[in-house]
Amino acid sequence: MTLVALVPLFSVIFMLVWRGSKQLSLGVFTELPPTAFEEGGGFGNAIVGTLAIVGIAALISVPFGILGAIYLSEADSENRLARSARFAAKVLSGFPSILAGVFAYGAMVIGARVWGWGGFSAIAGGVALSILMLPMILLTAENALHMVPRRMKEASYGMGATSTQTMLNVTLPTALPGILTGIMLAVARAAGETAPLLFTALFSNYWLMSNGKIDLLQPTASLAVLIYNFSSMPFENQIEMSWAAALVLVLLVLFMNLIGQAVSRRSIRA
Amino acid sequence: MNVHHSTNSLETPESRGAQSGVKPVENVIDCDIQELYYGTFKAVRDTRIPIEKNAITAFIGPSGCGKSTVLRCLNRMNDLVRGFRFQGHVLFLGQDIYAPAVDPVEVRRHIGMVFQQPNPFAMSIYKNVAYGLKLNGYKGNRDELVEQALRRAALWDEVKDKLHKSGLSLSGGQQQRLCIARAIATEPAVLLMDEPCSALDPIATRKIEELMLQLKERYSIAIVTHNLQQAGRVADKTGFLYVDTSQGGRTGYLVEFGETERIFKDPQEAHTKEYIRGEFS
Repeated sequence: MTLVALVPLFSVIFMLVWRGSKQLSLGVFTELPPTAFEEGGGFGNAIVGTLAIVGIAALISVPFGILGAIYLSEADSENRLARSARFAAKVLSGFPSILAGVFAYGAMVIGARVWGWGGFSAIAGGVALSILMLPMILLTAENALHMVPRRMKEASYGMGATSTQTMLNVTLPTALPGILTGIMLAVARAAGETAPLLFTALFSNYWLMSNGKIDLLQPTASLAVLIYNFSSMPFENQIEMSWAAALVLVLLVLFMNLIGQAVSRRSIRA
Repeated sequence: MNVHHSTNSLETPESRGAQSGVKPVENVIDCDIQELYYGTFKAVRDTRIPIEKNAITAFIGPSGCGKSTVLRCLNRMNDLVRGFRFQGHVLFLGQDIYAPAVDPVEVRRHIGMVFQQPNPFAMSIYKNVAYGLKLNGYKGNRDELVEQALRRAALWDEVKDKLHKSGLSLSGGQQQRLCIARAIATEPAVLLMDEPCSALDPIATRKIEELMLQLKERYSIAIVTHNLQQAGRVADKTGFLYVDTSQGGRTGYLVEFGETERIFKDPQEAHTKEYIRGEFS
């Protein structure tokens, strides 16, 4: 059975490496996407765009997720607000990603025009992804905080620590590896999402800049949308590009996971 | 705040009187529990136990008799339990620690605690011991106080070369001595020990017992133990608690209190006699 389960995984990885590595060169990291009949090219802007969008999403969802998890883990079992928040997070974690996109489209692309800005942008994409990341981070962090042994917290209280000091000095550091794992899982999932980005960040054939400065308020390329766009094109070069982009995306996520693990392992030793 | 003089803020007429040699026997804590509830459950009633200065006071009794509950009253650890209610008073150097103006956090800085399961933090040995100093915002030489606490806990020689290894890497007995070092690093007046040896092997237990006898020179100790021989070996005073099931619940109360030797050799109450004989025969 294990072997059967491994077949799809390895066939995907095999195809990715086989088809994707052919096009892999330094150029794909530095050049802009090729147009219809152009040869070569790359997707440097999409790598930057994915990092920017996921970064924005993490900036929103990590603080809210961790603060929410602290609240949920400290609230007692009869707290109505905590119970409904936990229920909402569970519902949200099964939320179709395209609906997160629709929400961000309504709020950030159209809605924000009320205040004079809005439109397709990296920030709108980040908001859409943060909705998907928030429940994952919240629920895994709450679980990690619950796993901290009660006697460790008691030791801290017994030393004359306040509940804030106990949380900051003992509970959070002890739960950190679990929290980081949750963040990494959420980032990995968000980086591969396409649907919510289609109508929030849209796509761009250019770098994430205007007038020589980084501009987060313009349509932004991402690896996932590039793969989606190019894979349905009739042009050989663009299809090859989307294979290479798929491989880079997988490697990017893997790389972030490894960093996360290294960080959490170091934090245990300290 | 200088941790060495931290008890000054709670100085009372009684302790000043003691300095001029008026009172021969000094109690650091006078505990009078009239009724103690967890929600609607009456856990303890009618228990008066004094904790004498520079002595070891043991609480013994069958399981469920509330001896740990009584101990946890003495530094307001029970405040962390939902539904905890308490009638009576606990005088620490003459001051009621349950008075409305008293902050339980402040109480626990003067009355340290060692738990049943060794519970070092998931941090280095050094940081474990320095934890209380950090909470107090102690600015002086922490290295010195950490070394002093580890020496007093008879752990220094075993860990001096690996102070930055995790506290969790130590053996059970060493972990418990680390917890003692952590508790005494801030110089509390009283050390509460809740069955500190129940998770340890006999050799580690003997070490902790020897340590307690050294520590009572500097601190006043209250210990809960289910091991009668242990109480006999270390305690100066012993209180025997028993469970009263007459009113339907399981309410613990103090049956007898006195010199350890007297409690063991000449118990006055029937329950005490039964319990002590039962353990020895």
